[in-house]
Amino acid sequence: MSLRRLAPPDIQPASFAFNAENAEWAKATIAKYPQGRQASAVISLLWRGQEQEGWVSHPMVESIARMLSMPFIRVLEVATFYTMFNLQPVGTYLVQVCTTTPCWLRGSDAVVAACKTHIHPHEKTVSDDGKFSWMEVECLGACVNAPMLQIGSDFYEDIDGPITEQMIADLRAGKALKPGPQNNRTSSEPEGGAGTLTDKALYDGSMIGKYKVQAPAPPQPANTDAEAKKPTKAASDREAPKQKPPGAAT
Amino acid sequence: MPTRKLIVDGKEIEADDSITLLQACEQAGAEIPRFCYHERLSVAGNCRMCLVEWVGAPKPQASCALQVRDIMPNKDGTPAKINTASPYARKAREGVMEFLLINHPLDCPICDQGGECDLQDQAMGYGRAAFHRFNENKRAVEDKYMGPLVKTIMTRCIQCTRCVRFATEVAGVPDLGATGRGEDMEITTYLEKAFASELSGNVVDLCPVGALTSKPYAFNARPWELRKTESVDVMDAQGCNIRVDTRGPQVMRVLPRLNEDVNEEWISDKARHACDGLVRQRLDRPYIRVAGKLKPVSWAEAFAAIAAKVADTSPDKMAAIVGDLAAAEEIKALKDLMGALRVSNLDCRQDGAKIGGPRQTYLFNSTIAGVEAADAILLVGANPRWDAPVLNARIRKAWLATGVKVANIGPAVELTYPAEQLGTDINVLEEIANGTHAFAKLLTDAKRPMIVLGAGVLTRKDGAAILKLAAKIASDTGMIGPAGTAAEGGWNGFNILHTAASRVAALDLGFVPGQGGRDVAGIVDGAQKGEIDFIYLLGADEIDLAHLGRAFVVYQGSHGDAGAHHADVILPGAAYTEKDGLYVNFEGRVQRGRRAAFPPGDAKEDWAILRALSDVLGVRLPYDNRATLLAAIEKDAPHFTQLGETPVHADTSAATWGDIGESGTLDSAPVTAAIEDYYLTNPIARASETMAKCSQELVHGATQMAAE
Repeated sequence: MSLRRLAPPDIQPASFAFNAENAEWAKATIAKYPQGRQASAVISLLWRGQEQEGWVSHPMVESIARMLSMPFIRVLEVATFYTMFNLQPVGTYLVQVCTTTPCWLRGSDAVVAACKTHIHPHEKTVSDDGKFSWMEVECLGACVNAPMLQIGSDFYEDIDGPITEQMIADLRAGKALKPGPQNNRTSSEPEGGAGTLTDKALYDGSMIGKYKVQAPAPPQPANTDAEAKKPTKAASDREAPKQKPPGAAT
Repeated sequence: MPTRKLIVDGKEIEADDSITLLQACEQAGAEIPRFCYHERLSVAGNCRMCLVEWVGAPKPQASCALQVRDIMPNKDGTPAKINTASPYARKAREGVMEFLLINHPLDCPICDQGGECDLQDQAMGYGRAAFHRFNENKRAVEDKYMGPLVKTIMTRCIQCTRCVRFATEVAGVPDLGATGRGEDMEITTYLEKAFASELSGNVVDLCPVGALTSKPYAFNARPWELRKTESVDVMDAQGCNIRVDTRGPQVMRVLPRLNEDVNEEWISDKARHACDGLVRQRLDRPYIRVAGKLKPVSWAEAFAAIAAKVADTSPDKMAAIVGDLAAAEEIKALKDLMGALRVSNLDCRQDGAKIGGPRQTYLFNSTIAGVEAADAILLVGANPRWDAPVLNARIRKAWLATGVKVANIGPAVELTYPAEQLGTDINVLEEIANGTHAFAKLLTDAKRPMIVLGAGVLTRKDGAAILKLAAKIASDTGMIGPAGTAAEGGWNGFNILHTAASRVAALDLGFVPGQGGRDVAGIVDGAQKGEIDFIYLLGADEIDLAHLGRAFVVYQGSHGDAGAHHADVILPGAAYTEKDGLYVNFEGRVQRGRRAAFPPGDAKEDWAILRALSDVLGVRLPYDNRATLLAAIEKDAPHFTQLGETPVHADTSAATWGDIGESGTLDSAPVTAAIEDYYLTNPIARASETMAKCSQELVHGATQMAAE
């Protein structure tokens, strides 16, 4: 993690305002909190502002502070505390590459390298065409499909360097991407297809209720009543340790 | 009050339920180290230095954040055992200290906090000796700009957040905050603007390390080479208790001194930082104006010039005015001297405030501590944030604790607590007096209402009429009655908020126009018309000096300010740090200022100058030393013997209150602020470079921004 500061003044927008829909939403959100506790809505509002603009700007901080009657510094504290608030401008596509241990072990370095080559050598910097920016993030919780990255609000999993390059090229060309695993894997099934539960009959409905059908009786004599009632050894019953003879070495 | 038994270090104590374990341990005599905990701030519990052992608890406990009521007795019913010095507790603190020192630079030799640093002291007391096992890089933090008074070296910060809590809670100016998180947490002002509070200097005292230090004092002195003198501040009329630190002849810094009844442990920035004005613009020898130019002369020559003029002038053509910083001693001496010369044109109200008369009609009767008991406050032409910043913090404290309702007649100002702005039209006061205004009901319903009259209205032409109305409100709304707390003699909600440190003492000693005498306006007017030929200014710089006509002006004072520029004879006096003197604050509390340094050059203590002059004028004053002078003062005003005591105002008789002010019609002019520039209100502050910087940045900078 690095120092989180507001972006330099020369790239800050002149003003910020919620659009009509978001303003309506903000009003409703603020109204959820009791009188005098409006400040509780600060994270929600900052998040909505970020969804609208892509990043949290200086005018946004002050505008939200005014909406909630908070000192500016209190909103700045929140915005700089949470790393999911972007304090720099982002591209149309914000590529968040997971580099936490599982993804890193599975080759996130190559994904980062692809981003560096095809987006910008530095993270959190908008590419020259304005379409992309990338950043390293902590675990996004999709380790089973590592390595992975997030664009917008979709996960793209089971990637590597070339796939990442292809994805960036596709987005640049205006092609839509299919979220999820990028190596034809189905969700988090084993690579190359499922290894268990492969019997088609499991899925065609023919097995429904089958477990109720009595299997043929085993060719053993049936227990007598008396034998069945005999107490058996409980699972919790432990063997008592053997008494060691006095003086034995421990 | 419910209590709970605890065994602290083997000693059984009965601790109040509502206090914290740290306080309980202190009551038991244990010393608990701490950085983030401060009695007057909210509990943060983030430094972990106050860890103690609660026998049976799985972890060491942060005693500052643990309430006594949350400490269960043991299962067998015996009181909980707390160990503050057991090996377990000691080891826990050593661990905390090790973590704190990991990222703290070892720059004590160049640190201004050195010698009075909590971290230094506690590392000695609670750390491990000569021990470290951290070989990685240390953290470094960029320094922040916090204005002209607070210097920052943020790498030293241990993130106790005392400064943030002070700014938010006590000062009420939430400019400070902690941005980022974890290792990257930084204390900063919003976008590194100046910390715009009149109490900003106090964060320097609060900072337990050298992260926030005094900018004007940077690299100036070490605490152990300073001589400390306990004194009283004169920058406003509150009489904040201060400690003056001097090295040789120079005042190096001013620090607050604890006085729960007056200033708690805060002082304003002007009290703290105007001290560099004590070495600039000083008058260090007598002068006489010869052919329009001031010529240095000896004391004898200066006295002779005055004597020649006095001999030529009839008493009704002479006048004397007392300035804002004078101590009771010289006021008494000047009054006696003028009395001996049969001069009745005397005044101490440079601003022309229409006050005087019985003592309780010009005092802040509720007392400063009493503000905390008030439940409704009406400010009339007073801006406590500038008139008396520490009092303003007290009002804020009351608002935080009880939500006291405040209303303000006068220019709308940000007072750091919500105040109903009733506008600048003084007729609102009449509406309140008639009971037709909504706030009148609030005052009537309140148990302990207060009205605070400031110089903004008292100096107006209709000041006396306003005073009359205020007295009527006071008696009608039950401001004066038995529902008392602080004043002990009963509640008195009628308050005058003075801004001049000398004012109450001068009024107590009767330095007001005698029979047929002129007040300040009359004196200036007379001088212009040629009816006043001789004016004695005792440190008076705030009057209309440009229009004194051809009058012969004697200026006795410490600084070459406006008064000296218009003087014909200059007598160099002592500043407040250079003389023993009694000051009476606006609540009527007599306090003693002590000499911390000697006056520069030929300058003398002021009462001694007047005593010497009286000899030359042939009307020798009957006191040869300060003790006999004090006896004379005490004979005039017996309360001068009650040094430092909370004044008791028992007189609640209707007669006194019916007598205040004069009936008259109110002026339609809007109420204006009395102080134009908080940082430049007196000769010492005007001579101070630091105050000039503050004024430029915090007063004028702010106006520029507002105009954008």
